[in-house]
Amino acid sequence: MIALSVSDISRNFEGVQALAHVSFEVASGERRLIIGPNGAGKTTLFNILAGSYAASSGRVVLFGRDITRLPAYVRARLGLSRTFQITNLFYRLTVLENILLALQAGKGATSPVLRLLQRDRALLARADALLEQWELSDFAKHAAQDISYGQQRQLDILLAMAVAPKVLLLDEPTAGLSAVEVPRVKAVLRSLPRETTVLMIEHDMDVAFEFADRITVLHQGRLLAEGNVEAIRNNAQVTEIYLGSD
Amino acid sequence: MSAASASSSVKSRGIAVLFLLTMLVLAVLPYLLSNYYLGLVIEILIFAVFAMSLDLLIGYTGMASLGHAAYFGVGAYAVGLLAIKLHWSVWSALPAALIVVALVAALFGLLALRTRGSYFLMITLALSQVAWGIAFGWRSLTGGDDGLPNLPRPELGAGWSLAGDRPFYFFVLLLVGVGVLLLMQVATSPFGFALRGIRESETRMQALGYDVWRYKFAAFIIAAVFAGLAGTLYAYYNRFVSPDYLGVFRSAEVLLMVILGGAGTLVGPAIGAAVIVLLENVISAYTERWLIVVGTIYIMVALFAPNGIIGFVRDFRARRVKS
Repeated sequence: MIALSVSDISRNFEGVQALAHVSFEVASGERRLIIGPNGAGKTTLFNILAGSYAASSGRVVLFGRDITRLPAYVRARLGLSRTFQITNLFYRLTVLENILLALQAGKGATSPVLRLLQRDRALLARADALLEQWELSDFAKHAAQDISYGQQRQLDILLAMAVAPKVLLLDEPTAGLSAVEVPRVKAVLRSLPRETTVLMIEHDMDVAFEFADRITVLHQGRLLAEGNVEAIRNNAQVTEIYLGSD
Repeated sequence: MSAASASSSVKSRGIAVLFLLTMLVLAVLPYLLSNYYLGLVIEILIFAVFAMSLDLLIGYTGMASLGHAAYFGVGAYAVGLLAIKLHWSVWSALPAALIVVALVAALFGLLALRTRGSYFLMITLALSQVAWGIAFGWRSLTGGDDGLPNLPRPELGAGWSLAGDRPFYFFVLLLVGVGVLLLMQVATSPFGFALRGIRESETRMQALGYDVWRYKFAAFIIAAVFAGLAGTLYAYYNRFVSPDYLGVFRSAEVLLMVILGGAGTLVGPAIGAAVIVLLENVISAYTERWLIVVGTIYIMVALFAPNGIIGFVRDFRARRVKS
């Protein structure tokens, strides 16, 4: 089953072609790695998939449903969740409150207005369990702005996970992390449920190759190559853009 | 029960006790104070609701409105016109006025919510000036700058009159009490929680599946309706409505109450309202240059207590615990 299908996506930013005619499909449950040098259009692609930007042309289909024109929050409700390249948290709320907001999202979408006025004890129990599982319990009452950067990256993923997505977009989950912090995020990635389809942008090749089923390579806004880890490792063109031709 | 939920229920019980104690004290005040001071308390109560309603926008949702007096004024004019021109009783005039406020807020909200930050501030200011312009210019309906005089104090029917100061005080106290309870309920509900999320990060809220625009629109209307409630009470209290009610000075004044008291706390803006109303009355007994004092307070707060009175007290206590 195809989880996500991207066909002929292009995006111009005032004359700059950030993405040109990119097409690919991701199977349900697949772990897809998106790589490419800086400016390849990876984050632009994610923003188009998540609905932060509109595509100039092309189509995005999520589990058979055309989502090209849907706003970001509707895509989220359809099961498409994302993390952010630049950590995006509710900084002045506590770690616990951050997670509660994510858990509440899934509920608030369908419940009538009156139910919005009642607090839900079950959510609190689930939040406690998640904090426990991710070893953040000691920081539950800390403001998100006061925890370490590694924990913030972890919380960023946790928020995206807490809505129980069908498709998860991870934008450089280990970016800016210290060598000590990377293993924590790696453990988090390993714990993702197998049925969740994951698209990940990542520069740390240790993290990336261990994680990926297949790899899509973007270069200057175009799709350069696609294949399994072995094929991409041995692809001459890919080696060239990463190592330079001279 | 987890530690987190236990402490949050202790906290909400503390707030409930504080609320009841405050109401109790306020309920005996009419038997202790002269009519002049009772009038001051009425003003404080009215402006407390007004400031708290604005806090829902500024402190909770992160939308700084500089035109919040528009809804205060529309509520006052609606109740004034219905009572004076159509002789509606308070039972019908007050709810009808709140519906009018909600409709105006929905219209203004559709326009204002297209913008953010300082642009939102400018457009809310502009829209409130439109309301002011109508109140000032449409003489045949609103009386222009003469306003609407001779608004009678409410009659509840069955021989219950609120013409006297003491009965009217209890009328205000009841409605303000209910209003504050409702506002606190909204603020602490999952809806209010989502508003705080929007204040922190709209993009993250959208990524989680929240229809951010709809939450902001709802918050805008709710805040306006409570401002409208304050406006109707103020109209009945003064027995008079004038364009000043929806002027920019009143919008700035309520904004100062919120910032002075501490945005995002609900209690803070109520304290801010009390401080401003008291200062205004004390100082205006000595000098007409009240605006200079307001300006000075504004600057002092910005420099020394950016989180308002509540924030200042909180920081002070935190420092004492540490040392």
